[in-house]
Amino acid sequence: MPAPFILDRSSVTQVMAWVLAALLPGVAAYVWVFGPGILVTLSLATVTALAAEAAMLKARGYPAKPFLTDLSAIVTAWLLALSLPSLAPWWLIITGTVFAIVVAKHLYGGLGQNIFNPAMVGYAVLIVSFPVQMTQWSGPVELTPSSLSFAQSATVIFGGEFPKAVLDAVTMATPLDTLRTGLLQQLTIDEIMPKSIFGHYGGTGFEWLAAAFLIGGLLLWALRIISWQVPLAFLAGIWLAAGFLHFFDAGRFGAPWFHLFAPSVMLGAFFIATDPVSGATTPRGKLIFGFGAGLLTIVIRTWGGFPDGVAFAILLMNLCVPLIDQYTQPRIYGGAGKEPRA
Amino acid sequence: MSRELFKFKGGVHPPEHKSESNTRPIAVAPIPNFLVIPVRQHIGNPAKPLVHVGQSVLKGQMIAAADGYISAAVHAPTSGVISDINLQAVPHVSGLPDLCITLVTDGLEQWIDHGPIDYLALPPAALRMQLRDMGLAGLGGAVFPSAVKLDPGAAHTCPTLIINGGECEPWITCDEMLMRERADDILQGVAVMRHLLDSTEVLVGIEDNKPEALAAMQAAAAKLDFKVEIVAVPAIYPGGGAKQLIQTLTGQEVPSGKLSTDIGIQVFNVGTAYALARAVHHGEPLISRLVTVTGHVLRPQNFEVLIGTPMHTLITHAGDRHGTTGVLMGGPMMGMPMPDLKVPVVKATNCILVKSRELFPALPKALPCIRCTRCADVCPAELQPQELFRFAKAGDFGRAQEYHLFDCIECGCCSYVCPSHIPLVDFYRYAKSEIWANEKEKRAADLARERHEFRQFRLEREKKEKAEKLAAKTQAKRAELTTAPAGGAVASEADAKKALIAAALARAQAKKVEATPKNTDSLSAETQREIEEIEVRRAKIRELAHQPLETEEKPK
Repeated sequence: MPAPFILDRSSVTQVMAWVLAALLPGVAAYVWVFGPGILVTLSLATVTALAAEAAMLKARGYPAKPFLTDLSAIVTAWLLALSLPSLAPWWLIITGTVFAIVVAKHLYGGLGQNIFNPAMVGYAVLIVSFPVQMTQWSGPVELTPSSLSFAQSATVIFGGEFPKAVLDAVTMATPLDTLRTGLLQQLTIDEIMPKSIFGHYGGTGFEWLAAAFLIGGLLLWALRIISWQVPLAFLAGIWLAAGFLHFFDAGRFGAPWFHLFAPSVMLGAFFIATDPVSGATTPRGKLIFGFGAGLLTIVIRTWGGFPDGVAFAILLMNLCVPLIDQYTQPRIYGGAGKEPRA
Repeated sequence: MSRELFKFKGGVHPPEHKSESNTRPIAVAPIPNFLVIPVRQHIGNPAKPLVHVGQSVLKGQMIAAADGYISAAVHAPTSGVISDINLQAVPHVSGLPDLCITLVTDGLEQWIDHGPIDYLALPPAALRMQLRDMGLAGLGGAVFPSAVKLDPGAAHTCPTLIINGGECEPWITCDEMLMRERADDILQGVAVMRHLLDSTEVLVGIEDNKPEALAAMQAAAAKLDFKVEIVAVPAIYPGGGAKQLIQTLTGQEVPSGKLSTDIGIQVFNVGTAYALARAVHHGEPLISRLVTVTGHVLRPQNFEVLIGTPMHTLITHAGDRHGTTGVLMGGPMMGMPMPDLKVPVVKATNCILVKSRELFPALPKALPCIRCTRCADVCPAELQPQELFRFAKAGDFGRAQEYHLFDCIECGCCSYVCPSHIPLVDFYRYAKSEIWANEKEKRAADLARERHEFRQFRLEREKKEKAEKLAAKTQAKRAELTTAPAGGAVASEADAKKALIAAALARAQAKKVEATPKNTDSLSAETQREIEEIEVRRAKIRELAHQPLETEEKPK
């Protein structure tokens, strides 16, 4: 064995464990805003991901233990689960997770080899294939007359007998959906926004979820598990693009703060665009990657066929990573053109 | 009057483990029964043996002479008798044996005549030759011949002289103990360096985790008649790397692919300065050095060790213990594992680090790279180690070179922080050696092609010349036959014979000249050295190939 003969105590498992830990505030906020159904979704996605991972490792002839315990499959499962509507049916959860792990991760070569973020591939496949089920959100607890218990949520998710009237009473269109539908009906922002689904900055309840993801993301940054470039550039891309449009026509384009405080944006900025495997690696590349993803998110939200664009924006930027990395190689020690720095 | 310091990018903070060995004073290691002295202990040409088996030598006597400009002599570390000159295991990454002179010690320590050198009176070039013949080489680890580094070159001056007392590698304390106990001697050596390089500024960089060394050096510097600035630099690995220390102290970067002297800075290790003082003020060649013996031993300590001392005798002296899992020469970040403890201490040996399972747990298995770029964050050369790894692994050495593979200083920071536990540095060494091998192959192919083309050209030319000569001859004969008077025929026949012989001689001479391959005339010094190295290796291989024959039983 060659030098060095010592290592610091970091490991892939440790990195992934911190990512999961940083998602916990988001999970807690999710439960608080939308009820305990998310716990069912998370558990189902986790079990599915581990099973799919184990099967693929076996099929590919890789040892199971080091890769199952690296927790990367669980991170994918959680990121996908937190992106799904709170009352997504079981088969939707399983389909998305299996696709993420089997196709997006292992068919590209497994851990470290996937060029697309697996969770976002899973999400994109679902929203393209099952757009109706992908909008089955329960409304925020504070806005709906009644809410579902853990058992009730499980019953809905697993497709058991459930009175449709009760279900209709708890589901609601998301803020982004509401905005999109309103705009398609030729309403102006001022006519749409007073609806109760819109809160202080983002959607009622949704903005709390966004804040929780933001807190978790800042934790990851404080631990230096993610760098500041991607989230900051991503948020700046959203804010500037939305702000630009809003400035020219406030009646047709949502306010930048509204766009910024969507949970998908905070989850995307701190947990998904920062995925090291599928993201850019150079400092300048990370800025370009993040900014591009933010910009594309607003473009897709505004002119695209889906209410949200975070997943597609990040996947599109994943495509550009090799190019971005190649053209943003930083100057090396002793390379040309830099003054001494203090 | 604290100096403004600059920060280099990257670096790590591995556990220091200095206190194990720096609480005991320097001790003199006992003289072993025999010493094994490699002739190649420095960068450049190996020294040429001057002694024969059975010859008695005195302490300090030159036993192998420097060969060329970039080389250094080798001396008998004590008095005794030469018992062998053969290939033996040496501490080198390749694991290949190298030519060594074995000296059976007599314990008398009889010195050869020696005395101080009046270095101010000698012309610099002569002084440098003398230092080369005293075997001085950098003791920080690279063992580059000091005489070469003390040549300021065409500029005739090197304004900034930096003395490296950083010692950032964990476990090693030989420089620290040297500064604590022999600060005056070190600065005497610095005075000689300053004289040869004509430096106007002398800086000594010492990491701030060595307060005693800083104090000792400051006290010694106060006694000097020239200014030496003792600077405490932040303790961070690899802050003691030459390029990093230069940046910390001056804010300047050594341009990629250039030498620090190109920006007017030269760096020497404190141990080298000490050895230089011993050489100039006492006339002692480099025959011993300080070695930290630490890790899994009973009494970790620094020893003054004769070059050639087998490592196992030092470990025994420091108290060997059960449960040893291996021995490193150097520190845990850049050291190399010793395949065999019979290998000798050489000029490059700063530390013998004995491993155990508790101190050095087995490294976990590597996982795939997740491109987290922690390696890039800590890389002091500011490279993108994750990309270099990708290219090296894929065998795409061209891309690896484009991504500045050769700016890697192999400090090991990237491997240290890698959460996937990938032995990154190993991949870079592999890529570098592959590139070198390819280049060597290409050079050899080019040479062969050139030779072939030249031969074709020569054959063609000879054919043409022959034809022309023949034509001229027939012409002359014809003319002779028609014009020469019959009377002078006898005399001219003898003359013609003489002329023919002379011509034949001239032709033979010309052929001889041609026969020596033309394309060895204008080789660069580097290629010449390379060829010589190859010759040495071939000679060795031949020797090896012949050995079994000699030991084979002869048929009766």
